[in-house]
Amino acid sequence: MSARLEGWGRLIDRSEPLTYSFNGRDLRGYRGDTLASALLAAGQVMQGRSFKYHRPRGPVAAGAEEPNALVNLGQGARFEPDQRATTTELFEGLVAESQNHWPSLDFDVGVVNNALARFLPAGFYNKTFMAPRGAWKHVFEPAIRQSAGLGRAPKAADADRYEHLYAHYDVVVVGGGVAGLTAARAAATSGLRVLVMEQAPHWGGRAPVDGGEIDRLDPEGWVRNVVEELEKAKNVTLRRRMMAAGVYDHGYLIGYERVADHTPLDGRPRHRLWRIRAGRIVTATGAIERPLAFAGNDVPGVMLASAMRDYLVNWGAAVGRRVVVVTNNDDAYRTALAMHEAGREVAAVLDARPLVTGALATRVREAGIRVLEGRAIAKVHGRKGVTGVAVTAQAGAGGAVEEIGCDAVAMSGGWSPVVHLWSHCGGKLVWDEAQALFRPDPSRPPTGADGEGFVVTAGAASGALTLAGALADGHDAGKAAAKAMGGKVTRKAAPKAEPEEAQPILPVWIMPAEAGPELKAKMWLDFQNDVKVSDVELAAREGYESVEHTKRYTTLGMATDQGKLSNINGLAVLSQALGQDIPATGTTTFRPPYTPISMASIAGEARGELFQPLRRSPIHDWHEANGAHWEPVGHWRRPYTYPRGAETLAEAVNREVNNTRANVGLLDASTLGKIVVKGPDAGRFLDMMYTNVMSSLPVGKCRYGLMCSENGFLIDDGVVARLAEDTWLCHTTTGGADRIHGHMEDWLQCEWWDWKVYTANLTEQFAQIGVVGPKARAVLEALGGMDLSKEALPFMHWAEGELAGIPARVFRISFSGELSYEIAVPAGRGRELWDRLVEAGEAHGVMPYGTEALHVMRAEKGFIMIGDETDGTVIPQDLGLNWAISKKKEDFLGKRAQERPHMADPERWKLIGLETLDGSVIPDGAYIVADGVNENGQRNTQGRVTSTYFSPTLGRGIAMALLHRGPERMGEEVEIPVLGAGKAPIRARVVETCFFDKPGAKQDV
Amino acid sequence: MRRYSAFAIAREALRHHAGWGRAWASPEPKKRYDVIIVGAGGHGLATAYYLGKNHGITNVAVLEKGWLGGGNTGRNTTIIRSNYLQDPSAAIYEKARSLYETLSQDLNMNVMFSPRGVIMLAQTHHEVRGYQRTAHANALQGVATEFIGPARVKELVPIINLDGPRYPVLGGLWQARGGTARHDTVAWGYARACSAMGMDIIQNCAVTGVETESGQVRAVNTSKGRIECGKLALVVAGHSSELAEMAGFRLPIESVALQALVSEPIKPCMDVVVMANTVHGYMSQSDKGEMVIGGGTDGFNNYTQRGSFHHIEETVRALVETFPMISRLKMLRQWGGIVDMTGDRSPILSKTPVGGVYVNCGWGTGGFKSIPGSGWAMAELVAKDAPGPLAAPFGMERFREGRFIDESVAAGVAH
Ligand SMILES: Cc1cc2nc3c(=O)[nH]c(=O)nc-3n(C[C@H](O)[C@H](O)[C@H](O)COP(=O)(O)OP(=O)(O)OC[C@H]3O[C@@H](n4cnc5c(N)ncnc54)[C@H](O)[C@@H]3O)c2cc1C
Repeated sequence: MSARLEGWGRLIDRSEPLTYSFNGRDLRGYRGDTLASALLAAGQVMQGRSFKYHRPRGPVAAGAEEPNALVNLGQGARFEPDQRATTTELFEGLVAESQNHWPSLDFDVGVVNNALARFLPAGFYNKTFMAPRGAWKHVFEPAIRQSAGLGRAPKAADADRYEHLYAHYDVVVVGGGVAGLTAARAAATSGLRVLVMEQAPHWGGRAPVDGGEIDRLDPEGWVRNVVEELEKAKNVTLRRRMMAAGVYDHGYLIGYERVADHTPLDGRPRHRLWRIRAGRIVTATGAIERPLAFAGNDVPGVMLASAMRDYLVNWGAAVGRRVVVVTNNDDAYRTALAMHEAGREVAAVLDARPLVTGALATRVREAGIRVLEGRAIAKVHGRKGVTGVAVTAQAGAGGAVEEIGCDAVAMSGGWSPVVHLWSHCGGKLVWDEAQALFRPDPSRPPTGADGEGFVVTAGAASGALTLAGALADGHDAGKAAAKAMGGKVTRKAAPKAEPEEAQPILPVWIMPAEAGPELKAKMWLDFQNDVKVSDVELAAREGYESVEHTKRYTTLGMATDQGKLSNINGLAVLSQALGQDIPATGTTTFRPPYTPISMASIAGEARGELFQPLRRSPIHDWHEANGAHWEPVGHWRRPYTYPRGAETLAEAVNREVNNTRANVGLLDASTLGKIVVKGPDAGRFLDMMYTNVMSSLPVGKCRYGLMCSENGFLIDDGVVARLAEDTWLCHTTTGGADRIHGHMEDWLQCEWWDWKVYTANLTEQFAQIGVVGPKARAVLEALGGMDLSKEALPFMHWAEGELAGIPARVFRISFSGELSYEIAVPAGRGRELWDRLVEAGEAHGVMPYGTEALHVMRAEKGFIMIGDETDGTVIPQDLGLNWAISKKKEDFLGKRAQERPHMADPERWKLIGLETLDGSVIPDGAYIVADGVNENGQRNTQGRVTSTYFSPTLGRGIAMALLHRGPERMGEEVEIPVLGAGKAPIRARVVETCFFDKPGAKQDV
Repeated sequence: MRRYSAFAIAREALRHHAGWGRAWASPEPKKRYDVIIVGAGGHGLATAYYLGKNHGITNVAVLEKGWLGGGNTGRNTTIIRSNYLQDPSAAIYEKARSLYETLSQDLNMNVMFSPRGVIMLAQTHHEVRGYQRTAHANALQGVATEFIGPARVKELVPIINLDGPRYPVLGGLWQARGGTARHDTVAWGYARACSAMGMDIIQNCAVTGVETESGQVRAVNTSKGRIECGKLALVVAGHSSELAEMAGFRLPIESVALQALVSEPIKPCMDVVVMANTVHGYMSQSDKGEMVIGGGTDGFNNYTQRGSFHHIEETVRALVETFPMISRLKMLRQWGGIVDMTGDRSPILSKTPVGGVYVNCGWGTGGFKSIPGSGWAMAELVAKDAPGPLAAPFGMERFREGRFIDESVAAGVAH
């Protein structure tokens, strides 16, 4: 039985009791508790169920490596599954539930999987569930899915706030244990900017629990002094509750700060993601203790020796009244001593080493605790809690030599340095035979742009497992990092601790060594995923020999702890099974994040309205106030139409078209791309960008231009105006502005870097308004200002002047076939001009129109639309735009490509108009079929519809289409199937693309 | 080959599964093979399998520099669909999809093909029109798809947010028989079946050179020595340019990192695969319960199999917006693979300037779904020294002729 002990618990504040609930039960803990420590103190050892067999589980660790004690935390919009109880700080009102069981933690139906375990070995699902065929989808898969998963799925959106922070530091120290603090202190004396982060809420790491003396102080006191000193230094930033999640190329480091997980609702952001550029990264991330693989090592109450010690020393929670310690190294003796000191009974220390001689063991013996040499656990008794252990000889097959009754087991299989951050970006490891661990190989670090290593390890993370060693190593690491960044470290000496006299570890991967299959099927390697020694051996037997194959076949190391406890044990068992040494097996890849980080922190502030900044035209508010139905176009939002009263969208569009053709319409064209191209070589440059000649365009005139990709495909179009001898203004499509600007810069910077050309994207600097329709001129004249008569400003010209007192540049261009002016004014005055136009237009029946009316009118005229008539596979020649392709120019982007055989092929699909025989509207995206099927059994096609609308002007459906040899087939009838069973195909006649005012009389008046 | 079945498992359970033999043999290379396939990814292994199964060619070796299935085959997000726009793509992807339907039975290994359905969301009017076009094309190609409205989307994916402030969901292209499969097992299943036919799968065997004689392939040099071959198929995805260089020709391939990530596992909450191309992200839930997430490629060429955090951020943002309930889930692991991109984003299945050498590459971000179809078509090309109708449009001469098979038309992110 676990319980809270008086006089123990350095991290809890007994003056501040907290109430929380677990599985609906109200419990009490203290400020400073973790959920796991509080539960243990409350006698609740069993805290969860495993993934596959639904076995009862208690915490096996006390920190980030915990695989078992996962809970559903919180409620509603603050609910979170799979939260580790060991890293969840207790707060008032915390609500937690255990997971992966039904109906309850204590009684879980899913545990039948455990009874069937022998039928469910690793990879069993690969070998079964194949018949009958449909059963996988309908029966087996749903059953497996229900049984798997862990926490509940959240239902609500997240009520909390998250933020990103960008930072630059010369040296970042990860880990606030004594090695990290030592490294930080050394580096800080250089005056460089230093950041120190610690994932836990407190400084000092293991040393305050493990004891010893540093510079003649107890570790607790020493840590306090050093932290105080660092806090005073102006060049040092200290952060607790912040984990280094990943190391990326060039010293890029992600820090995950859990700002307010423990103080919910206090108004602060819950998590803060630090995006750090670090000169050097010192990883002082410590080491993680390894479990031992013996039968029943997963029963609640069996835990890492260090964890048992942590719970006692840090939180005053004693796990068990009578404990057995089992180990292959000295460290676990500290647990025996601590438990003994706390008045708990230590029934025995089982040490796998045949002869035990270390100083710690001597102290344990002196305390009167039995130390059994060469002994192992054959089996743990108990299901939901430990009731005893069978003791056996490590060298044997598991025959019990003694039974010991106990209610908890502390185990230690040795320690593994935390090498994740070192490895994320390519740092390599070596196998340290003497200590039986993988540690970073300092000669093969991850390298930065300068070819130098940018990660340095410190302390236990380097494999320096003693206090004295960790301090010396930390000091050296801090010095090396600062020096590499050009700093001069003034602190000369490392802090000192007494060297310890330790007996070497005896690597033990299976306990006992000669265990048979019965026991091996109960030795857990990966606790959460229920991977046992027998599973890894099965994988080896079946040829899944690569460590990656074993991992994937057995799911070893794929649980939420990502193998922090299981990887080394698993690959050692695999090595044994394959008869090779451990380095030959190697490790799996270490990937970020070190421990899981919230999706929300990755998204940061970019949610809801801030997800992608919405670009608004200067006239946006007017549209909003006047009932615009919005359409997202690129990052903009444009009015699709402005329905009035009970109008449908389609009715509104028709009204807008009719009114524009009869009277006058207003279009907010501000979103159109406007790129200024300027410089002595600007003309030459534009002649390369466009298919037609722009250098010859006279100042004062406009020309419609086409842009192609290197592969010849049409990518954008628009009107180009020559503003001055060396200056052109290129209009692009709304969606194309940024892309085309980038495209221009790409060529300028990579290919023609010596041409004297500047480009600037002025899209947002100008508001642009189309005044369109027969009465457009009358409206503009009413505004007063510049002369816009046909003579003063002919079609395809532009002029500058003033309108209604606003400086304006007016283009006479038309995308509707009507008399049309596009008026550009400074963005800040766009709304003013719009308001003036609405006022002045009132007498002439002015109405605004949206993008859909624009589309309809351009289709009536047979004008193409990028993205409708084009799709990245269409060349201008397909669209009958040969007139806009210069024959004289030696070169332009796409020219060479357009000469390739397939491009010049007369058999291509080409643009034509379609008139449905019955006047109906062809559905979007329809194809024109041909007879028969191709070699792959697909229906033959001969064309496709690119644009299709109801034309209010003509009162019928019109369409444009690409058709095989289209322009040669005027008058022919074609067939267009419609989706939906039994629907008759539409028949249509091939006509010219221009449906309205072919001579262009209306626009040139 | 020992047959897998529930009975076999039950029998083995009684003796602690001691009787299971190797899934595939681990032989030393022979002196010569009729066909050598470089690359034991899904495509290489499937090519070998159909060489044996459809063409009776079994004196075949598959050479793999690492562990089989360890390339992109073992790193992808396993989306299977065939709702492609262009006829040649729809043909080969639909062939593959239909082979997936019975692959577990064919290979006697459960590849967990799960035809749970795939939705590609339309979030702009432009996308709506694009998917309506695809739906029309698919109907003529014999691929069962349907354009569905927002209400049906919500019914299929209750956790979706239809009315995000930025890009409301306007509908989607739904392929009910699209879905996912277990990537590793696809590779293992093919490997096991190839091994059973007497083929040699040789791992830890990197090809380092290609030997030719008067324009005809003779042998390859490998880390396990020289091995002669009658024909040579290069099926190495992101490393295709390197192998082509060894054989003395160039390929229009760029190699870039594509990343993916998973959340911690949770109980079932999403039964279909959703792709949101406007915002650049897609998500499904694995049978283990993890949300499997991917997005676009990194913006620069490289071989590191890592990738940058910025893309993870972009993808996660998109999905938190689309599925607000994932906000408080945690990212468990991120990883990357090097994908082989062609200029038109379509694969290359082709003869090459060297006699007896064939390439299969360029599957880029979306080649898991095509593994069976690609192997089928590639085997025919290798066996007959001429492409059949599935492979014919994908010859590499198309780049010279300008005969692109451009799928980027249909989707921003293609998987
Ligand atoms: C993150 C990510 C997500 C993806 N998501 C999807 C998805 O959802 N759906 C989908 O359909 N596709 C997806 N893909 C794409 C898909 O994974 C690939 O297209 C497909 O797996 C490629 O298979 P392959 O057999 O061609 O290549 P690989 O599996 O990469 O196999 C190539 C093999 O060649 C070996 N090789 C290389 N050089 C040599 C040499 N010199 N000698 C010997 N062997 C060599 C490699 O080691 C490797 O094993 C995704 C890819 C990634 C990276």
